[in-house]
Amino acid sequence: MNTALVMEHVLNGFQLGMLLFLLAAGLTLILGIMDFVNLAHGSLYMVGAFFAATFTKLTGNFGLGILLAVPAVLLVGLVVEIVALRTLYARNHLDQVLATFGLVLFFNELVQIIWGPQGLVIPFPSAFDFTVTLPGGITYPAYRLLIIGMGFVVAFGLYLLVGRTRLGMLIRAGASNRDMVGALGVDIKLLFTFVFGIGAVLAGLAGMLYLPIGGAYIGMGELILINALVVIVIGGIGSIRGAFIASIIMGLIDALGRAFLEDFLNFFMTEGAAETAGPALSAMSVYILMAAILVFRPQGLFPPRSR
Amino acid sequence: MTSPALQSDALLAARKLDVRFGGVVAADQLDIDVYPGEIHAVIGPNGAGKTTMINLLSGQIKPDNGKIVFDGAEISRLSPARRSQRGIARSFQITSIFKEMSALANIAMAVQAQDGHSFRFWRPVGADDKLLGPAQAILEQFGLGERAEILAGNLAHGEQRQLEIAMALATQPRLLLLDEPMAGMGSQDSARMVEILASLKDNYAMLLVEHDMDAVFALADRITVLVYGRAIATGSPAEIRDDKNVRDAYLGEDGAN
Repeated sequence: MNTALVMEHVLNGFQLGMLLFLLAAGLTLILGIMDFVNLAHGSLYMVGAFFAATFTKLTGNFGLGILLAVPAVLLVGLVVEIVALRTLYARNHLDQVLATFGLVLFFNELVQIIWGPQGLVIPFPSAFDFTVTLPGGITYPAYRLLIIGMGFVVAFGLYLLVGRTRLGMLIRAGASNRDMVGALGVDIKLLFTFVFGIGAVLAGLAGMLYLPIGGAYIGMGELILINALVVIVIGGIGSIRGAFIASIIMGLIDALGRAFLEDFLNFFMTEGAAETAGPALSAMSVYILMAAILVFRPQGLFPPRSR
Repeated sequence: MTSPALQSDALLAARKLDVRFGGVVAADQLDIDVYPGEIHAVIGPNGAGKTTMINLLSGQIKPDNGKIVFDGAEISRLSPARRSQRGIARSFQITSIFKEMSALANIAMAVQAQDGHSFRFWRPVGADDKLLGPAQAILEQFGLGERAEILAGNLAHGEQRQLEIAMALATQPRLLLLDEPMAGMGSQDSARMVEILASLKDNYAMLLVEHDMDAVFALADRITVLVYGRAIATGSPAEIRDDKNVRDAYLGEDGAN
């Protein structure tokens, strides 16, 4: 086991973590501020990937495809919020889960009707089809570095938005006491639509960034949504910082667990047993972590201070 | 009790408000008026529907039936935000400040909320004199000027209650709905709050829900007694003190509540 190999898997972990973060950031804001459980968040991830694939094919350029897909996802998100979700904010979480699960099925079916059951792939964008040699002699695909970079840019942007602007002040206040914010004269509906729009764009963006690596396919949203839900539980519901750190932790556990857990278990058990237990344990490890967090620190690692 | 006609000089007039939560009647043909420049106190035993009444008037709860008129316009169906923009501010029974923000930022929130229509959402807050100037002035008015940079959660309880009233004032209201502003206060803090509310009386009409009878009788111009969601009596403090129904229903059995 050499350092370069470890570093490569660490970077893989970061890259996976950043995709998770883009999804989890919106999810945690929506759950934290609106107290709304949105299972359909993963659908926006899927829709983002399909839009980007279609626009990339139309324009022949991945960058242009993303530029066009972002407003399209925003539109879909706003329509869903205004038409469907607004009526659900006052309901209990079970109603919200049932209704948004219905939306998941609806979107899967709609995507199948529009794009067919096969899913879409695009040729890998040639502009990013090279590797970068990092300090320490590690070579790493440029596109995956781009995803990591995007994650940091978005995290910093959200940090400025939430921490430094008027809108952010309202978002933080809304997360801590919705009634008071309304009583002060803030249009809560408009604030929610804003926040939902931000979340929709970030989820869609995650899907778009994933597109060249794994393509766009029906059901892609559900897989990553489960992980994003784990992220926001670990990070603390409503906390962007928590989502960021928990996403990276999740990414690292997943990548390193997959790569090294088997070798590690070889120290303790027979090779055959380790071969079986390794992948099983690495798949379970994030849930074990979540369970441990729920037992020992149920509010998450970085709960918003107001809670 | 028949409902009095809507009087044009009342700032706020609610008529025949009904609210049921499941089987529980929280407001039953409830009438209430607040005139400009008056402190109208509402008292009643626990569970009488006092907080429900505040929620109805501020818009957190919509009435099943009935009508609320503020400043000549019906507001029964307006959201809390719209009512706030028209000049109704409220405080909450549970201190509702933003504890993780500084005292100054709390007031700035309230100042900003009122010019929220301008959509300058992305503007940085830190150096915005349009927000911080007025916010600091309001803190000074409450004697909290020196405490501006302290996190609201680290203020003393009495100061937190004062801060909440200050936030309400920062929205430039004409009517203050106060839900037990003295709750959980020692006698010194209560006295200070009575002083503050008395000083605000000239500029703001107030509807005051309060259990502290000393404060109520010191401040109120009129008192309404609420029992089971119904106003059983309204009158001057002297009239209420002498009202037999009130004594039977409330003061007599549990006067210190």
